[in-house]
Amino acid sequence: MDYFHIAIVTLESTIRLSVPIILAALAGLFSERSGVFDIGLEGKMLAAAFAGGAVGAVYESAFLGLLAAIAVSTSLALVHAFASITQRGNQIVSGVAINFIALGATVILGQSWFRQGGRTPQLSGNGRFDTVTLPFADTLANVPVLGPIYANLISGHFLLTYFAFAMVPITWWILYRTRFGLRLRAVGENPGAVDTAGISVTRMRYMAVICCGILCGFAGAYLSMAVGAGFVKGMTAGKGFIALAALIFAKWKPVNVMLACLLFGFLDAMAILMQGRPLPLIGEVPVQFMQALPYILTVILLAGFIGKAIPPKAGGVPYVKER
Amino acid sequence: MSDLAIELKGIDKSFGAVHANKNINLRVHKGTIHGIIGENGAGKSTLMSILYGFYQADRGDIMVNGAKVTIRDPNVAIASGIGMVHQHFMLVDNFSVLENVMLGAEENAILNRGIINARAELKRLEDEYALEVDPDAIIEELPVGLQQRVEILKALYRGAEILILDEPTGVLTPPEADHLFRILEQLRDQGKTIILITHKLREIMAITDEVSVMRRGEIVATRDTAKTSVEELAELMVGRRVLLRVEKGEAHPQDVKLAVSGLTVRDNRGVVMVDDVSFDIKAGEIVGIAGVAGNGQSELLESITGIRHAERGTVMLDGDPVDVSGNADATELRKRGLAHVPEDRHHMGLVLSFEENENAMLGYHYDEAYLNGPMLNLDNIRKSAEKSVEKYDIRPPDVRLKTANFSGGNQQKIVLAREMERDPVVLVIGQPTRGVDVGAIEFIHKRIIEMRDAGKAVLLVSVELDEIRALSDRILVMFAGRIVGERLPDATEGELGLLMAGVEENQEAAQ
Repeated sequence: MDYFHIAIVTLESTIRLSVPIILAALAGLFSERSGVFDIGLEGKMLAAAFAGGAVGAVYESAFLGLLAAIAVSTSLALVHAFASITQRGNQIVSGVAINFIALGATVILGQSWFRQGGRTPQLSGNGRFDTVTLPFADTLANVPVLGPIYANLISGHFLLTYFAFAMVPITWWILYRTRFGLRLRAVGENPGAVDTAGISVTRMRYMAVICCGILCGFAGAYLSMAVGAGFVKGMTAGKGFIALAALIFAKWKPVNVMLACLLFGFLDAMAILMQGRPLPLIGEVPVQFMQALPYILTVILLAGFIGKAIPPKAGGVPYVKER
Repeated sequence: MSDLAIELKGIDKSFGAVHANKNINLRVHKGTIHGIIGENGAGKSTLMSILYGFYQADRGDIMVNGAKVTIRDPNVAIASGIGMVHQHFMLVDNFSVLENVMLGAEENAILNRGIINARAELKRLEDEYALEVDPDAIIEELPVGLQQRVEILKALYRGAEILILDEPTGVLTPPEADHLFRILEQLRDQGKTIILITHKLREIMAITDEVSVMRRGEIVATRDTAKTSVEELAELMVGRRVLLRVEKGEAHPQDVKLAVSGLTVRDNRGVVMVDDVSFDIKAGEIVGIAGVAGNGQSELLESITGIRHAERGTVMLDGDPVDVSGNADATELRKRGLAHVPEDRHHMGLVLSFEENENAMLGYHYDEAYLNGPMLNLDNIRKSAEKSVEKYDIRPPDVRLKTANFSGGNQQKIVLAREMERDPVVLVIGQPTRGVDVGAIEFIHKRIIEMRDAGKAVLLVSVELDEIRALSDRILVMFAGRIVGERLPDATEGELGLLMAGVEENQEAAQ
């Protein structure tokens, strides 16, 4: 029973830890599938977390905070779009710039507005998202095995958590069952085909990047207004890059993205669980090793050991009509 | 209603200093195949891009079916019934045929119904025009000929009445090209109007009803195809008389310089592409390898030149063995006198972002003359580049110009000059005139004959059967990785064609 309990707790934190990377990786999926590489997921998430925390604290409304998070993240996405689509700049450079701006600006603005060392005030009451208890969770909690699974694993998460998991099939559906998705996938593979079919490449890519901004906004809001109760400097802690790794690991496919993110979330949860607990035979595994595992797995994948990750063909290349 | 499908009046277009189209007047009659021929850079593609709404003309009017149309973007062109098959296919490689055909012409925001209707419509088009293709096949898994068919279906799906084909045979094998021509004739017979852009005279003669010749951005003549000749068109294109047939004397073969025996090579997928191939080439002769693209010629070339490892077999260069195990050093082979003009100059022959003079010595950069201790001797490099630019008539004669800015023919001359000027023992040439215009072809062919007469052993691989027949002293035909026959250059095209098609498969190919 004890092991069962540990398993439930680990899986519960797996879900909790994988939500922001699922959202960020799906965000990246929209952008990259349209041919715009986005290394600035981290920055957008961070800026969104700050905006959410700040607005949530000032207006004591989680909903307004979420809107602010989305707005800020989307404007950064538009900056990226302008630089890399309209101005045909280097997408990596633009992404890196956004990461730096977000890293610096959140601390400076946070300090000058709230004077708490770069934090935003602690969120409470309406400023923070609540967990949702699904019907009968309390009543069923005592049913053996299924009870705790329902009560702890399925019920009792934030609305944003359910949203993140719902976005996986929705993204799949958009990508493979709608006109927008068809064009989005096409523009990332051969923008020339889209252009000659009479569709604006620029418009398609802007729309994709905006989708990316919105989802990053959700990811940031989750960090500062759901699992966290306020913004803490640098609170994304590389999650945007993990999301990027997950996206590659998942070969740019929505359902794979969810699985990859759950795997990476699980590794993260294990790292916390095993802290200070030696394993039989192996001894104590350093936390750093567990944290590095997602990246190591991605590198192994990229080296061609686990299938092949083929990025969208036109990814990273600004579209120029050939003469 | 007028009987003109397209009428262009005074179309003019400049890109910066380049005057791409000058006062173009063109009339294309309904239900005909109208050829537009001209050398690379004559402005054919620009003109068609204007017609398809990719660019806007600076001046001039476009009339479609007698009515003036302002074609702002491809949507307007599509709505006016103009469809285009691009030289580089505008297909999404990892999409299915159906998805490619639908793209941009989906009915609703949600694909459900659209897919069902599109599938039915595609089926109807396939039946009506006898253009079978599996709607669920993935583009990248289809042969080039079928990919092109998808491009045509895409245009027809959008209701095209006027079909523009930009250099459609550039990527096709001869049987595929023939098949395409039959499709085009059939489309014409069903009332479609076809504009065929090409720089190949044969195609114009074979299929068009009328032909317009472009030179330096102008239409210099329009002729009834039946009332003109290859010679006249060539002269109009180039602006001077052109020798279409190379003059060449007897060959005087001497010692064997390149001996290949039992060579077996697999490609990256592990498929045997060269299967137990043996042949000799003597000094002072040109041996041509004929065959439909993809029958192992590329792998054979790569293996002989030390790029791809062979599974079995030996290659002897001037009496000494060449390491075909994949460890051969191209530099070493060059020093031993094996010069290689690769099939794909962009991929293997040149670094396009380099200056001309840098490409002119690439691969020979170890040469003392180019070095100054550990440094490059830029003066010498440029001087020797200037010499070859003059000798090979490379235009523009600017050795500091970025290679990407030279035309295809001139880029090819850069590679040829580099490889020929090193006095090689064996010269291996793949596709010497692919994407090269008529004037330059004449020059390149002459140089290859000169190399032979200077006592070099020349191995020539080309998918252009005419070229093989014009240059070779002996012709080896390759089919499915094997040499299936050796013929003299006076063998008929039909005889060689049968060999190239693997004889028994010929019945199928003819269908």
